[in-house]
Formats: sequence, C-alpha cells, structure tokens
Amino acid sequence: MNLLPLLDIILASLVIGVAIFTITARDLFASVVGYVAYGLLLAFVWIRLYAPDVALTEAAVGSGVTGVLLITAGQRLGALKNVAPDAEPGFILKLLTCLLAALVAGALGAAILMLPDPPPSLAPEAAAAADGAGAGLGNPITAVLMSYRSLDTMLEKIVLILAVIGVWSVGADKAWGGAPAPLRQSRPYPPMVFLAQMLAPVGVIIGIHIFWTGADAPGGAFQGGALLAAMWMFTMMARLVDPPRVDAQWLRLALVAGPAVFLVTGLAGEVMAGSFFAYPHGLAKPIILIIEAFMVLSIAAALPILVAGPPSDRKDQ
Amino acid sequence: MITLLDLFSIAAIGAGTFFFVAGTVGLLRFPDSLTRLHALTKADNLGLGMVALGLIPRADNPLSALKLIVIWALVMLSGASTSQLIGRALRRGHK
Repeated sequence: MNLLPLLDIILASLVIGVAIFTITARDLFASVVGYVAYGLLLAFVWIRLYAPDVALTEAAVGSGVTGVLLITAGQRLGALKNVAPDAEPGFILKLLTCLLAALVAGALGAAILMLPDPPPSLAPEAAAAADGAGAGLGNPITAVLMSYRSLDTMLEKIVLILAVIGVWSVGADKAWGGAPAPLRQSRPYPPMVFLAQMLAPVGVIIGIHIFWTGADAPGGAFQGGALLAAMWMFTMMARLVDPPRVDAQWLRLALVAGPAVFLVTGLAGEVMAGSFFAYPHGLAKPIILIIEAFMVLSIAAALPILVAGPPSDRKDQ
Repeated sequence: MITLLDLFSIAAIGAGTFFFVAGTVGLLRFPDSLTRLHALTKADNLGLGMVALGLIPRADNPLSALKLIVIWALVMLSGASTSQLIGRALRRGHK
C-alpha cells in the first residue's frame, strides 16, 4: 500500500478527533488549545491539497490570531463569571441550538454530497482573468484576489473595520476615547520581555517578506499582515508598549488606509481603464503592490486592536 | 545512487526523528508537567535541529538553507521562552 494516502487518512482522522475534542472539552482553555491545534492540523491538510497560500492563512489567522482572540475572550468571560452567576440555558434554547447546528451541518453535507460531476467551478475563468488583464503577478492566487475578486477582497477588509467598531462599542461611555486595558496587569516577566525584544524585529522582517514575496510565490497581504499583527501583540503582552488610545488619529488612519486606497484605486480604474477595479495595462503589478502594502498596514493595525478590546476607564499604574 | 551527502541527510533526519519520538514518549509518559516540558524541549531543540541539518544539503540554494537555520533558531528561541513561561506558571500554582 502506498504510504501517502495512509498518512492523509491519519491526518484527516486527527483533524476530526481534535475537532471533537474541541467541542466536547469542558474546560474553556482546553477547548481553545484544541482549536489552535485543529487550525495547525488544517494547515497541513491545505498543504496536502497543494494550497500553500490557504495553509499560511490558516496557520497565521485561523490558528494564531484567532487563538489569541479566543484566549483573551475566555479570560474576560472568566472574570465576568465571578460577578454574575451564569444562568444555565433552558431546555428549549438547548434544543433550538442543537437543531440549528444540525441543520447547518446537514445542509453543508448535503451540498457536498449532491455536487454534480464534474463540480461547477469558476477556476478556469478566474485563471484566465488572472492571466489576462490583471496580470503581471507570478502568484495566481494573489492575482485572483486582487484582480478577479477585488471587490470581495476589499469588503473583507471593511469587515475587519466593522469588527473593530463592534469591539469598541461595548466599552463604557465614560471610557470612550481612552486606551484599552493593557494585555497584562502584572509586572512583565523577563523571559517574556526577552522573547518580544528578540522576536519582534525578526517577525516584522518575515511579515514584510511574506507580503512582498506574495506577488510571485505563496504569501500575500493577509498572511504578512497577520504576522506583523502578532508581533505588535507580542510587544503589548510584554508591556513594551501599551494599547493605543482609540481616538488616536494615526490608529484610525492605519485602520482605514487599506480599504480606502483600494476603493480609490477601484474608482480610478473606472475612469482610466474603463471599469470599476480595472487596472491600466502594464501598471497592474505596481498598483496591486501599493494597494496590498496599505492593506498590510490595516490588517496589522486591526487584529491587535481586536485583541486589545474595548477602551477601559480602569486607571493603570 | 546514494552519495555521501544523502547518507548524511538520512543519518541526521533519522536522528532528529528519534529525538521527536523520544520527546513524544516522554510527553505521554512523564509524571508531571515540569518533566514533560523537559522531554518536549529535547524534541524541539535537538530533534528539529537534526532534521534541519539533514535538509540543508537538499536545499535548492543557499538562501533556502539559511531559511532552514533561521526556522530552527526561531523555534529554539520561542521554545525556550515559552518553557520558562509555562514553568513559572506551574510554580505559581496554575494548572
């Protein structure tokens, strides 16, 4: 028997096993750890499916950044639990939740099982578009994201801004404009400071490299931006820097820079190249790289701000 | 045909795999978290180091070889630091 299919089957069963552990774990923290492991295993699955771009995103965003988000959310929930007794959800609510989950899972399963053969695909069309007008990029994934599906990619970044607004809006009224609470209340531990000081410069270079190389090889704005975001989170956790005030002008500018530049370029395309989000021929690559650079900035700003949470009026020492 | 470099790769990756297996066995079998941490760092530092060393002759160009070394160094840095952090959390009585 061939070894690779066997390894694939083991990998797939591991993913399902870790997924079941994540759902059934009683402890919130254990569940989050399970989720992070699940994301890393999924990254391996994507590599086996020859999708290194997706694998990078899954490892950086799905597993890394989301893991940090979930851990901080869990800590805040834990702090809340001491204040209010947690009410057990009623039987009807549990039943409805169960039904809804089963419905979604069933619909997804049915959709996959009932796919016509061969399955409908936009891939040839997208590949043609990536080869054609929007081209100049060696990495077809980036070409599709930035040229064939540019509106989707821009809207994804706007979703990030909406998420930041959502997080900010749960802060108390009198705290508005202030800074979120530091990620650690206690005095930072020297090894953590050491790690942040050593890792952050290297991580920033690797993040920029992943963005830059994304034009021609696996990588791209989201993966690179997520790495930069992780480095900012690191320095905040080590208390080398504190979260910025939410009314800081530079922060707001960094958050909207990506989608704004994207949108303006798209509108310029209407005038210069004849249609919304069309790039003038020959200039496509530099334009796409400029848009991506600003998107990296926005992603690197938005993700740590999500983790830092709403502005807090607690006086810090 | 197997060259001397191939033999070196096989030996180094084999040794690395051995340390990974040993580290995993230790992780599963050792009685408490501190000793489990001890087992894990062997797999991370030595195991990954040997695998990276074995892969260097197979790298396409010097830059990829350098990347392998950087990956090893980064894992050692983060592994050693997180071990410290977990160790301190243990001493302070967290789970």
